[in-house]
Amino acid sequence: MTTLAVKNLFHDKVRLSVTLTGVIFALVLIAVQFGLFLGFMETSANIVTRSGVDLWVTAPGLPHVNGGSAQPERRRYKVLAVPGVAQAEPYVLAFANWKLPSGAKESVQVVGFDLDSGLGGPSRMVAGSVDDLRGDDTVLIDEHYRKKLGVTALGQTGEINGVRARVVGYTQGLLSFTTAPYVFTSLKHGQKYMALPETQAIFIVVKLAGGADPQQVKAAIKTQIPDSAVYTNHEMAAKTQNYWLFSTGAGITTLMGAALGLLVGMVVVAQTLYAATVDHIREFGTLKAMGAANRYIYRVIVEQAVLSATMGYAVAIAVALTVVNVSRKGDALILLPMPVALGLFAMAVLMCIGASVISIRKATSIDPAIVFRA
Amino acid sequence: MRTVIQIRDLEKRYGTGAGQVRALEGVSLDVQAGEVLVLMGPSGSGKTTLLSIMGCILQASSGSVQVQGVETVGLRESRLPGIRLEHFGFIFQGFNLFPALTARENVEIALQLKKFSNRDARRAADKLLADVGLADKRDRYPADLSGGQKQRVAIARALAGDPHIILADEPTAALDSASGKTVVEILSSLARERGRAVVIVTHDPRVVPYADRVVHIADGRIVAEPVAELVH
Repeated sequence: MTTLAVKNLFHDKVRLSVTLTGVIFALVLIAVQFGLFLGFMETSANIVTRSGVDLWVTAPGLPHVNGGSAQPERRRYKVLAVPGVAQAEPYVLAFANWKLPSGAKESVQVVGFDLDSGLGGPSRMVAGSVDDLRGDDTVLIDEHYRKKLGVTALGQTGEINGVRARVVGYTQGLLSFTTAPYVFTSLKHGQKYMALPETQAIFIVVKLAGGADPQQVKAAIKTQIPDSAVYTNHEMAAKTQNYWLFSTGAGITTLMGAALGLLVGMVVVAQTLYAATVDHIREFGTLKAMGAANRYIYRVIVEQAVLSATMGYAVAIAVALTVVNVSRKGDALILLPMPVALGLFAMAVLMCIGASVISIRKATSIDPAIVFRA
Repeated sequence: MRTVIQIRDLEKRYGTGAGQVRALEGVSLDVQAGEVLVLMGPSGSGKTTLLSIMGCILQASSGSVQVQGVETVGLRESRLPGIRLEHFGFIFQGFNLFPALTARENVEIALQLKKFSNRDARRAADKLLADVGLADKRDRYPADLSGGQKQRVAIARALAGDPHIILADEPTAALDSASGKTVVEILSSLARERGRAVVIVTHDPRVVPYADRVVHIADGRIVAEPVAELVH
């Protein structure tokens, strides 16, 4: 039986190429579209997910993490008084303009954080260090955006909202969904770049003591500061992702792209495998006439489907990983984590078997008398 | 002679109401072990339908068809493949070989359906191919065989598992006269030497000299059944 499934598949090389091309195209399409969606989710909230912050305290009405408004910095003392809070630091996160040496301007997001605690600071660096931010007018940018910001070497200067900024280090892997790069600096400089008085900050970021329950501490802070909004790190990430996903055309487009990728992929696979099975319909009729039970024919068709899925997946995953690697050089991040790659294999097998089920019905409902037609 | 197929008052209708077509009507016929029975008639007369019903490929609308004593009319659809597998070998006008399989594998697959182990299937397939004079062609694909050779592979496949009844639909139609003669001689020897019942549907008058009986069908009815006429 394996012989028939394998031989049917490999006998007609042209048909095999067409089948595999269909499966590969579908899987690459799904992988890239879904990877774009995952990249979207990652980049839209990575400043939150990589911050190391447990709770975010801000003014009410925050739409997403990049859209905070100023609040009194002294609130940190009220927050510190709440049991379970280990650290509470003022934090600045706001859009600003970066002036390139050419005079052109680029949008950036200034991140001002407390250098002593490091809370909300960069998670990965490839040049310089957080301590370098203790110098005057110093900033860190992500190495990915050096060209975009016109930075060719450390020590080079630009301007943020008209104030001098000297690049003293590079962060790594912090792509921005809004395409406005994150620029890390000290809290003091962050306030200066954003023209905020030292008594104002956008967030109070909180690190909890070991064993403290985030929801309980969050409720206690709300009681302590009624005119504030408090989010756990997970809630802030979800709020930001949901905002960009559902309130902007970009998010809906990415979501629709992933859904359409899945749909088109399934249709392509279904059509390809259906055609491959129908090509052998007379042979299945002969098998039935010879006395083969329907389950024998199911097995032949399903084996062909699983083989097609496995071979198509092997090529598709290689192509998708290449696309993922290439995407790292661009602004649109495509992610293909291992669980998704494995899930894609399961999906490939299920899609191929699912598509075959349609053709199985065709094959098993054949009138075996077809064999008597010349 | 032992009756292997007994048909009584067989009817086969297609469609319903005003559009209903009677393909077979009032057909009664016995097929004996060891005989070559030839069904002849014009196109559309119902002879292939009759062959299909004999072989449990089609279900009769009414009447009785007994295969080796088992009534097949009204039998559940799911039981028919088992009867086909146990009692019948089929030979088709278009050969119906699997193009992706070699001659040997084409025979093996029929044996595997009958639960032969891989080793036994291989041994039996080689013997069957040798019996039809194709021992040296066993590794060839159908595309590399002549029409006569393909039909001999089909005969070897039909004989896989030693069925009691061989049903052949126009087995010589696609063959030249020499190949056709070889094929009919093999079928005839199956009846004479191995006691198989061989039923052949054909238009080909060259087959008639090998027949024990010729049954003529027209408009779905048996119009004449000459007295058994042993040619040999």
